[in-house]
Amino acid sequence: MRFYEYESRRIVERAGIPVTDYGFATTAAEAGQAAERIGGPTVIKSQVLTGGRMKAGGVRFADSPEQAEADAAEILELEIGGHVPVGVLVDPKAEIEQEYYAAVLWDGRAKRPMMLFSDMGGIDIEQVAAEHPDHVGRGHLSNLHPIADFEAKQAVARCGMTGSALNRASAVLARLARLQRDYDMTLAEINPLARLADGSFVALDAHMEMEDEAVGRHKPMLHEIGVDLDEPRELYEPSEFERNVKAIDAADHRGVIQGKDHGFHGDLGLVIGAGGGSLTLTDAVRSQGGRPANYAEIGGNPSVAKSKGLAIEVLRKDGVEKIAVMMSIVSNTRVDIVARGVIKACLELGKDPAETIAIFRIPGAWEEEGYRILDRYGVEYCDRSVSMWEAAGRAVARVQGDRTGSQ
Amino acid sequence: MHGTFIDVEVSGAAASDPELARKLEEVCPVDIFAAAGGTVEIARENLDECVLCELCVEAAPRGTVVVRKLYDGTRLER
Amino acid sequence: MSVLLHEDFTFIVQGITGREAVNLTRECLDFGSAIVGGVTPGRKGREVHGVPVFDTVEQVVEHHGSAPDGAVVTVPPAFTKDAVLEAIENGIGLIVVVTERIPRADVAQMVELANERGARIIGPNCLGVIVPGVAKMGGIGGPARDAAKAYAPGPVGVMSRSGGMTTEISSTLTAAGLGVSTAVSIGGDAIIGSTYAELMPLFDADEQTEAIVIYTEPGGRMEAELVDWRERAGSELPIVAFMAGRFMDDEEMQGMSFGHAGTIVEGKEDSATEKIARLEAAGIPVVERIDEIPAAVKQKLGAAA
Repeated sequence: MRFYEYESRRIVERAGIPVTDYGFATTAAEAGQAAERIGGPTVIKSQVLTGGRMKAGGVRFADSPEQAEADAAEILELEIGGHVPVGVLVDPKAEIEQEYYAAVLWDGRAKRPMMLFSDMGGIDIEQVAAEHPDHVGRGHLSNLHPIADFEAKQAVARCGMTGSALNRASAVLARLARLQRDYDMTLAEINPLARLADGSFVALDAHMEMEDEAVGRHKPMLHEIGVDLDEPRELYEPSEFERNVKAIDAADHRGVIQGKDHGFHGDLGLVIGAGGGSLTLTDAVRSQGGRPANYAEIGGNPSVAKSKGLAIEVLRKDGVEKIAVMMSIVSNTRVDIVARGVIKACLELGKDPAETIAIFRIPGAWEEEGYRILDRYGVEYCDRSVSMWEAAGRAVARVQGDRTGSQ
Repeated sequence: MHGTFIDVEVSGAAASDPELARKLEEVCPVDIFAAAGGTVEIARENLDECVLCELCVEAAPRGTVVVRKLYDGTRLER
Repeated sequence: MSVLLHEDFTFIVQGITGREAVNLTRECLDFGSAIVGGVTPGRKGREVHGVPVFDTVEQVVEHHGSAPDGAVVTVPPAFTKDAVLEAIENGIGLIVVVTERIPRADVAQMVELANERGARIIGPNCLGVIVPGVAKMGGIGGPARDAAKAYAPGPVGVMSRSGGMTTEISSTLTAAGLGVSTAVSIGGDAIIGSTYAELMPLFDADEQTEAIVIYTEPGGRMEAELVDWRERAGSELPIVAFMAGRFMDDEEMQGMSFGHAGTIVEGKEDSATEKIARLEAAGIPVVERIDEIPAAVKQKLGAAA
């Protein structure tokens, strides 16, 4: 789960990390009032769940409350990468002595969180790591033992820092490390972390991502900072197909179906499963010249209604005349139940299953029963002796046969 | 009354046995049977969800409940 | 021989009274596995397919006379960490975690404790381990009859991030007359108990295993770790890889990747193309089709002989 900058700031603030005296506004008038209260020059920042705000014109510098209000009015109307801002953050323009970078994130290979600190903040950390590796301090953390302050100090010292800056920065990093652990953040990043003229450190921008699987156990904190859990936070706006499949899945607890069509524009509908099988089959279709209309994952023995629902949504997509129903060998999901579902989808849409189902390749549990159903409706099917690749190839050939036939 | 793939028949006298109705409602994992006012009612919209478990056939007196597979003409009964 | 499981291997099922666990227990017993007890807090005294149920792992250990060799954990995500810690602290050495959607921090804690106590975790989000003709631990392969159909004993070790594809690949090897020594569904999550590289030493030391097949997907750094291990250990056990999800390299599919910071911790996140290049450079052929696996394995076995 991703957070807006204003939410990330509230999270770091709660963890005892100093932030500027910022304001969050959803209207231009509120932004003007916030600038008035802050006093002096301000920075107005668009609140969107995407990067590249600066380039897109989503960050402006204002000298007066009037200017802040005018800038906010424009930013609130500005879509960035397809995202409409939920508001603006009004920040005092700080007198910065130096910018730093602080983050805590997972190192999957070590299976531990890792702290990262750099005295070259404000810019792309990847670039710093490549060009100035001695300016990046790192340190792994235990998952079991308490996080000790010295561990943060070591990481900061490893990038060459000393003096009172070392001590103040270490305190920030230790708090960030505890925050990462306490709230299951996959990424807890402050960039830039600024040292002001008086030597104090403040977080000027923060980027937090909470692991989706852990959201349930942090509801009190999320509620406190005003996060609406029902609000979708996708990287892109879900399509009608994606929304419909999600609704079908949610309506029935039996089995799991997922469907995506972001980036797919083809004419062969895919009713496929499960995780690994879906990836393998999508590759097999594409590698043999097929053009998938969607991606899907079926698993956990869905009901007839659920399989039917997915097939109907796929068949309703523009330009889709045929579906390929394929999976790797199943042991939990039942072949006959999926067969009933996809045939029923065809019948309800007034289509002939034999013409509409390009291929049915699901070997495994209850396959004999499934094949009897498919026989009855004249649907082309195959068992495990026909590979996933071959089955995908047959489906592609049938769709291409249609295409050349109609030309 | 039948689904696309599955049909279930409960023979005359058994269909109005409240005890059997309750039992069938309890055993069916996909809610095909409902005990409505003492008689067995069949939820048509659930027929095609039948998982061929035969629990209904087992729960009823011999010969009273029959599950028909409409796609191959075979029957589950005892 | 085989790895992880053997003829006399005993295990328990934690969460044994759950719907999926009941099925899994039946399947494993039918396949010949020795399940010596089950645990569901509050359900002591029951039986599941003849397996006695207890409230705690400690009680099973007492009943059995010693710590069983393994535990299958299939409890809801919120309780999984505790169940695994309970198994570890009661001396169980191999823990298969079936549950999915467990937060990473919980997994990392279990793994760190397992390392401290000398235990091994497989999963989470996996189907378990199977030694054809001997035993299976978890839902892998499904009902005993189906599992026997897909898994014949043979010389190939299988490790897969996808549970379903473990069976598809093994079935292909079986149909080609090769067969499987041990197949491990290692789990698909970002952090798992045992990676390819962490299981390789076992296969390497196993007399029955003459080649390895891995199923992999984009994301993570497990292939790089495997390649590093191979070089470091000087292992010559042949490996064949299958990579799914090549389509994700397409520009239109981008946007689901990790942030920048993630890339500098573990090195650049591997795309399918990068993984293929990395594996092939290390002498590990990457086939494009599952049905090409047997020929690639036979070629490797021929070269080794």
